[in-house]
Formats: sequence, C-alpha cells, structure tokens
Amino acid sequence: MWARALWLGLRAPLGGPRGFTSKTDLQGSGRITAEMIEHLERLALVDFGSREAVARLEKAIAFADRLRAVDTDGVEPMESVLEDRCLYLRSDNVVEGNCADELLQNSHRVVEEYFVAPPGNIPLPKLDEQEPFPHS
Amino acid sequence: MAAPVLRRGCRGRLWALACVDGGSCHGRGAPTGSPSNRIRGQSSVAQQPLHTAQKPRKGEHNWAAVVGLEIHAQISSNSKLFSGSQVRFSAPPNSLVSFFDASLPGTLPVLNRRCVEAAVMTGLALNCHINKKSLFDRKHYFYADLPAGYQITQQRLPIAVNGSLTYGVSAGKERGQVIPKTVRVKQIQLEQDSGKSLHDDLRSQTLIDLNRAGVGLLEVVLEPDLSCGEEAATAVRELQLILQTLGTSQANMAEGQLRVDANISVHHPGEPLGVRTEVKNLNSIRFLAKAIDYEIQRQINELENGGEILNETRSFHEKLGCTVSMRDKEAKQDYRFMPEPNLPPLLLYDATSLPIGADPRQVIDIDQIRETLPELPSVTRERLVQQYGMLPEHSFTLLNEVGLLEFFQNVIKETRAEPKKVTSWVLNIFLGYLKQENLAVSESPVTPSALAELLDLLDSRTISSSAAKQVFEELWKREGKTPGQIVSEKQLELMQDRGALEQFCYSVMKDHPQVVMDVKKGNPRAINKLIGLVRKATLNRADPAVIKEILEKQLSS
Repeated sequence: MWARALWLGLRAPLGGPRGFTSKTDLQGSGRITAEMIEHLERLALVDFGSREAVARLEKAIAFADRLRAVDTDGVEPMESVLEDRCLYLRSDNVVEGNCADELLQNSHRVVEEYFVAPPGNIPLPKLDEQEPFPHS
Repeated sequence: MAAPVLRRGCRGRLWALACVDGGSCHGRGAPTGSPSNRIRGQSSVAQQPLHTAQKPRKGEHNWAAVVGLEIHAQISSNSKLFSGSQVRFSAPPNSLVSFFDASLPGTLPVLNRRCVEAAVMTGLALNCHINKKSLFDRKHYFYADLPAGYQITQQRLPIAVNGSLTYGVSAGKERGQVIPKTVRVKQIQLEQDSGKSLHDDLRSQTLIDLNRAGVGLLEVVLEPDLSCGEEAATAVRELQLILQTLGTSQANMAEGQLRVDANISVHHPGEPLGVRTEVKNLNSIRFLAKAIDYEIQRQINELENGGEILNETRSFHEKLGCTVSMRDKEAKQDYRFMPEPNLPPLLLYDATSLPIGADPRQVIDIDQIRETLPELPSVTRERLVQQYGMLPEHSFTLLNEVGLLEFFQNVIKETRAEPKKVTSWVLNIFLGYLKQENLAVSESPVTPSALAELLDLLDSRTISSSAAKQVFEELWKREGKTPGQIVSEKQLELMQDRGALEQFCYSVMKDHPQVVMDVKKGNPRAINKLIGLVRKATLNRADPAVIKEILEKQLSS
C-alpha cells in the first residue's frame, strides 16, 4: 500500500492535468524551501510572514496530497463544475461603460481621469532582508 | 530600481525540429549601428570568456534562421469580449470601462457572441479544425493595466487548431511570378486585451487607461515555418488582408489593432534549433521585416564571435533600427494557468449536431458560418488572373492597395477597352500618380468613370497613347473637365483624314530625300526618323502606326 501510494504520487504529475507546468509540485517530502516561499510570494503576492504560516502551508499541501490515493485510471478529469451548463452568449450591444467618475473614486490617486500606478512592477524585497512588504 | 515584469513573457514552448531552407531568403544587409550591447549601456550578452560548449565558428556562413510569430488581432465588435462596454479607438480615458473591466468584486464575465463568430470565421478561413468544445483559462501575472491580476484566455483547448496560411513571395527572376508558401497555424484563441499604460518617468508614475481592457483579441499562433523578415512580413500582410476581408478585424497595425511578436533563433542546418529570443514592439509590417532580419544577423554575429544567445525578450528600436534587451536575467514567468471557474465550456455545433428547438441566438452553427464566408483574397487573385489574363504579381498589387480593386472593377465595367489595357493603366499610370503624391485611392482626383472615358477614346483610336497620357495629367489637376473636353480643348484628336495624312507623308519624303535613300538602302532606323518628322509636321496628331503604314506603302510604290 505504501509502495502504491508512492507510485501514484510519482505518476500523478505525468498523467495529470495536461498543459500545466506547476512549479509547486512536491514529491511527497512535504518540506518547502525558502526559495519556494519567495517564488510563491512573488507570484501570488501573499505574505508568508512567519514560520507558523509556512508550517500551515505544509500541512495544507499534505492534506491535499491525500487526493493522490484516489484511483483515477481512465477517468476524464472534471475541469469545471459548470461543465453541464450552457455558456450564455450575449448579443454584441453596448450596454455599459461611461462611468469614469464612479470608477475613479476607487483609486487612491488619480491624474486627469487616469488611474495612477507606480512605475512598472516593484520587486519584492528578498526574504533575508526581513522587510515587511508594503501591502496596499 | 524597479525591474519591470513583462506582461507577455516567454512561454516555455518546445518547437518541433524543423529543417529550414534559409536559401530562399536574401539577408536585408547588416544591421545598422553598433551591436546592441553598446547601446543604452544594456548588455544583452556579457563580455564573457569563451564558453567551452560554444565552439567559435568563424567564417562558417551556413546558417538557417527560424521565425515563429504570435499575432494578436483586435476583434472588430461593438462591445468587449466579456462585458457590454464599447470598443472604440479613441475616447476620454476610462470612459469605456464597465465594472467588470475594472475588476470590481462581484462582477462576472459574459461571453460576446460576435467574438465567437469572428473566431470561427477566422479559423475557417485559415483552414483550421474548429474545436466543438473549447475552454477558458486564467493566466496570472501582475501589472497595473491588468486590474484582475489575470487575463482570461484559452490555453488548454483553444477554439481553432491546425490550420495554414498561404502567402506569395515574388520570385524576382521571372517577372510576375509569385511562389506560394505556407506557414502552419498552430492555434487561434480568444483572449482579453489589457489596458494601456502611459509611463510618466518624470514623476515616477504610470497612468492607466482601461478603455482597452477586456477588448476581444484573436491570438493567431504560427508555427516556426518562416525563415526571414520578408517571409514574415508577407505572411502577416496576407493575414491582415484575410482579417479585413472577413471583417473580423480591421487589423490596422498603426492603431494597435494588429500586434506581432516574433520568436527568432538561428542554427546550422541539420543541427538542433538554437536559443530563441522574443522581439516585441513591432508597429508596422516594414519594421517587422527589419527587426527580424536585424535580430537574425545579430544572433549570427554573436555566435560567430563565440558569444551566446540569451533566451530573453527584446524590443525593436525604430530609430536605431536594432533590437534592445528588455529585461535583465530573472526567473521565467509562471502564469499559474487555471480553468476560468466562471465560464462553462464553449460548445459549437454544425448542421448535423444542432440541437432541435434551441434558441438560435444561443447556438453557433459552424456550417452556417462557413456558408457566409466572403471570397478570400487568394481566391479573388486567382479569379482576376483567370478572368482578365493579368500576371499573378498584378493581382497581388491590386489587392494590396486599399480600394484599388474596386476602382479597377469600376473602370472595367464602364469601358470598352481590353482588360489588359485597363490593368496596365491602373497599375502603372494611375497607381504611379497616387504614389507620387502619397494619396489613397479614395483621394484620387480621377474617378473610375473618367478613366473609363479616357480609355474609350484611346481604344477607338480617337487619341494616341501619348495624347492619352497628356489628358490624364490634365485630369489629375482637378479642374473638373472630362477627358472629352480636354481632348477638344487641346486639340489632341488624331487626324482622321487619311488623305491629308498621306499628303503630309508625301511632302516630308519629298523634303528629306537623303533619309528616304537610307530607308531604301535598308537602314531600319531611318524609317523612325521619317515617322518622327511626319509626327512633328502633324503636330503630334497622327497615330505613329498609321504613319508607318502609309510611309511604307508610299516607299514601296
């Protein structure tokens, strides 16, 4: 049983979702490196502030890993719970827009009806720099 | 120091090994200016010692280039892909933005039927297999002009796959010969456009206008079957024509309705493909060709000097005519693709699978769309060649110029002159005048009717060929006169009185006995002199062919 779980664990990424390359693929060890944390923080802009948060993440991954114990041989993956629904097609008419004032009210800074953003993307500080990331 | 994260980074796609014949392309000349690593202080390739893996191949000139294109065409529709805000080129900032476009919480995407039809039409025109089921995905990256933090696209299962785009490259050797070439279409997918960023370096800020955010795009991915700038430019031009003919996109590159990114690498034929770079910011067909040829040459130079090519993104600098590295080394983008949870699969039908009793506004019938496809450029060209006996090269020119085909066809309708004559006048003289003054066909001072009337006068031998050209010049002056009026005003009519002409010939021959002697001796050019003299005497109002005929008759008697 242990061997089978291991085999499933190795097989899943190969026969699994097509076309997705996931860098968050763990091969059963459950350990997350500082490099991985940095990568996740940059991708998702979440803040793993403490060691506790990282431990929680490891537990969550281990919990989800138990899905691999399910035998999915010959079963088409379900991509969407909406797969039986009809995708509604809208007619090509203009029915919205023209609410610049309303939208601009949401912005911290505005210049002549433009939203103002910082120049380009601000790189995150490195993990070892211990600076809290200024979440907006 | 902000390190700009790119919006559309390299996708780690594997290219099939393709042996490319680079022999058919001539290089467009060496890149202008100094190599990129001396421009702007940005070093695309550091001054490294020779890599042991890269053996310098000095003097080895057998290179093949491989070019793959990713083309984004803005769909010509009234409203956006997933929302009902308007699609328009220029409007006050953020005035064409709905709550969904601004990514306010609680908003959901609703698919625009017109965009799906446009994708199907384009797929059919490019001989693609239309996927009856296609899926939408989220592609995540952070940039201020992408308010949701992700773009809805079709990464896993796009709407159309495995097509082909045929384009024609002029052979050069034989006049009018055009060699058809084909580039495979990997896929066509529907996706959202992002907003626009205006960089204000002075105040260290970026101004965001979301008018363009959410506009429907067709991404056409071409397989790397192209090998030089000219092929790429011609293929893109043909795609532009097809999109414009279908009406699915206005495909105007200057207005950003058609954007092209090129993936370029070089290798020695028979060896594996080289490292590729992505070149962006190509705003015209001309720059597309230039940028690709520059980059190919840059890579060849780099490798021949023992350097290496970095897998990076470069931008084409129009003024300097070179490509410049856009970012420093950083980890490749991980877009964390996931299915779009708010959209079920997109299902398309055909005549056999159409559900009975379904609301026609809610189903899309591929066969019905196929029936409504207009005549494609390649078919039109073939028809022109068959119908009017023109060279293939001519048919390309007629279609390449906006409005020229219509002009040509209107002239044909109204004139008795032969199609070949019309072709020659439209493509040589008419087009020549337009180009000289940089006018569009729509701005022409000469209408199809006027040209038709002029060609009728020529055809009926009322005026000579040179007189016709004179009349055309007069027509171009916009004085509102008809060809007939100009002819009578300037007395350009050919002499119809044969007797009078014979008299002229006789008197010229009498006045120039020496020339007559030369003709009788067998000097072939002497007769031209006689013809010239008669023409002068008749104030150019005689048809040279008739003059020659009369002279020959008189000389032999």
